[in-house]
Amino acid sequence: MARLFARNETLVATILLLFIIVTSIVDPSFLSVPTLFDLLRNGLIMAIFAIGVLLVLISGGIDVSFTALAAFAMYATTKTLVETGVEGSMALALAMSGGIGLCLGLVNGFFVGTMRLPTLIVTLGTLSAFRGALLTFVGSQLISNVPDGMRDFSRTMLLRGTNADGYFYSLPAAVLVLLLVVVLTWFILYRTMLGRNIFAIGGSLDSARRIGIPVTKVQYFIYAYVGTISGIAGIVHASLARVANPFDIVGLELSVIAAVVLGGARLQGGTGTITGTLLGVALIVVINNSLITLGIPSTWQNIVIGLLILLGTGVPAWQARRSGRTE
Amino acid sequence: MNDRSREAHDAPSVVALDHISKSFAGVRALDDVSLAIRPGEVVCLAGENGSGKSTLIKALSGAQPAESGTVSFHGQPQAQISPIGAVRAGVQVIYQDFSLFPNLTVAENIAFNDRLARGTRWIDWREMRRTAEAALGRIGVDIPLDAVVEDLPVASKQLVAIARALVDEARLIVMDEPTAALTEREVKHLLGIISRLKERGIAVLFVSHKLAEVFSVCERVVVLRNGRLVAEGPVDEFDPASLTHHMTGREIDAAPVVSADAPRGSDLLQVRHLSREGAFSDVSLDLAAGESLGIVGLLGSGRSELAKALFGMDPASSGTIRIEGEEARIDSISDAMERGIAYVPEDRLTEGLFLTQSIGANIAAGSFRRLAGTFGLVRKSDIRDEADGWVERLSIATPSSDLPVSSLSGGNQQRVMLARWLATTPRILILNGPTVGVDVGSKADIHRTIADLAAEGLGVIVISDDLPEVLACCNRIMVMRDGRIVDERRNDDVTENELSHLLSSDAEDA
Repeated sequence: MARLFARNETLVATILLLFIIVTSIVDPSFLSVPTLFDLLRNGLIMAIFAIGVLLVLISGGIDVSFTALAAFAMYATTKTLVETGVEGSMALALAMSGGIGLCLGLVNGFFVGTMRLPTLIVTLGTLSAFRGALLTFVGSQLISNVPDGMRDFSRTMLLRGTNADGYFYSLPAAVLVLLLVVVLTWFILYRTMLGRNIFAIGGSLDSARRIGIPVTKVQYFIYAYVGTISGIAGIVHASLARVANPFDIVGLELSVIAAVVLGGARLQGGTGTITGTLLGVALIVVINNSLITLGIPSTWQNIVIGLLILLGTGVPAWQARRSGRTE
Repeated sequence: MNDRSREAHDAPSVVALDHISKSFAGVRALDDVSLAIRPGEVVCLAGENGSGKSTLIKALSGAQPAESGTVSFHGQPQAQISPIGAVRAGVQVIYQDFSLFPNLTVAENIAFNDRLARGTRWIDWREMRRTAEAALGRIGVDIPLDAVVEDLPVASKQLVAIARALVDEARLIVMDEPTAALTEREVKHLLGIISRLKERGIAVLFVSHKLAEVFSVCERVVVLRNGRLVAEGPVDEFDPASLTHHMTGREIDAAPVVSADAPRGSDLLQVRHLSREGAFSDVSLDLAAGESLGIVGLLGSGRSELAKALFGMDPASSGTIRIEGEEARIDSISDAMERGIAYVPEDRLTEGLFLTQSIGANIAAGSFRRLAGTFGLVRKSDIRDEADGWVERLSIATPSSDLPVSSLSGGNQQRVMLARWLATTPRILILNGPTVGVDVGSKADIHRTIADLAAEGLGVIVISDDLPEVLACCNRIMVMRDGRIVDERRNDDVTENELSHLLSSDAEDA
């Protein structure tokens, strides 16, 4: 299975490369630093979400509520900061939004961990409840004068310059947030007992309970962690857009889950890698952009992504079944 | 009852259960059971399904603590037992399903309990490999450390589970039905490992209802029936008959339930030169109504493939099948069903039953076409009548046919499967391993049912590697080896030993 799984990642990487090559042949300027940074900027939020989703999928669960949670945390944070007049730094906004996300994640944790309800049902419920609560109790007006801290953050660049063709490029500091999330999540998954417990729960919930893994605690952690990450993704999104739109973000959840599954995570739980997840996100972002470059109508994006999911997850599963039968 | 054994050895018992009781929904699963296990002792816990064996294991592993009575580890009474506490006291349970993590590597699975018990927070992959290597070395087996467990064959998974149990200075290893999924050779290997454990002073509580294993590996036998400890003593005080008697509470006759001279009806099935590449070749057989034919063979002899070919699951590539003298093409399951062939698969859990559905729905599942009335609708009351009829006829032990199949013991589940096929009113019934995972009492009942069915005029084919089984319930026995039929005997013309010899491929050299 290890080799097969590697094949899944290789498959995604190959398709990704193929798209890049074809698009570069049609439009030579595609293969450039400005495009790369554009793609990074476009895929940033999705990638942060995807890392959170990966964690849930590894544990054998599924979370569809993270977008509602992100929108709630992002909008509540921005509104509070604006109304209290605390222009503050980005760090404060990140901490607040992450904190709200954490609390909402604990709600999921309660239903999944303590009440032992199926994760899809729980998160479908909270998706709707969080979104409704946001629009009912917090507000439904667009906030376009985001606090200075957030606006400044969107202007902070790690790198900027102009390439030989005269195209301007810049790399937003928000990339650091993704980097931090990736490194932290990698560390948790592969260097801590907590992370191995997450894998174990995804592999066999019954076995995990039997050998004494504190399953409930681990589940609380998973959903709280995903909540925090989502809250952070939400506020980063709002500051890059320089607008807090309560109707934003929700609706993204299925494409994020698709990216993670495309990257090799199994819906049955127990498997998935960060590399695969990032490749999956990259593929979806590249497809979206290259189809535009290739002059293919954007409605085709969904068809192509759908086919890729069928191909990327279907082919390895089909191969596994066939080899299992003949051996 | 324990006093004698306790006095005999000064060393405190690894585990002592003292007047343990436990109820589930008002039903006494364990009733005042006391049991002590000394270091290095191999104790067999025997009992039929539902006798309380699993409850006893869960009580001593802390998975489901008992309601009353005390559990002591190494002479120390434990106030409350948790799974981790039991592991720290050296009590390791290898469950029937091994409780491994299929998605993790061999090394990580082996080291997992140890890391958990020590309360490790950080992961040291190199240390983990060393731990795993040492544990595998202790039982003298070689399994690639980086292999993912779900890719391993069953026997290797079990070895991984044993290695995992050994990591933490295990003092008592409980093995729940360890041989259920193993071939004969693998069982021998396992029994070898158990004696090695014994030499190291590790006690083993061996849970089984296979009598042969009980006698070959255990020193002491403890028998549970209906939650009570009904017999205990050194293994040489028991023989298969007395053990069976204690387990079932009744006398079970091992004598054949069918006679080789049973009257044969008209020819039902004629198979000539049936072959399927890589599975079996040139198989010819005849089956008459009222006859039950046994086909024995080891794993890989082609016995299951032959059954599947006759049922159209994996059709044969050449040869002819005649049913009641008429040539029949059987290329699919529906072909086979149309010709009145029914097949009860070997692994009823994965191949047949809808575990969470009711007993009634499972029984009726094959007969909807017959039960359907106008507009193809099926009346609920018809299903219930049909189901209740079969529950009574096959004496399936359940208060109601509305309960899910998962609430039944293995033997009763097998009967539900049988009922489903009988409800389709077949003429030829193929049973593959009809009593795999079924306890002694139910086994005898199933054998009687098979004999009754044949007496009613059905043609029955029993495919099995359980030799006493085919000797008991088949008039004729065909021996399959390497995809061919190599011998055919009447059941009064062959002994178990002879059959066993005919089965193994080195018989020709002897």
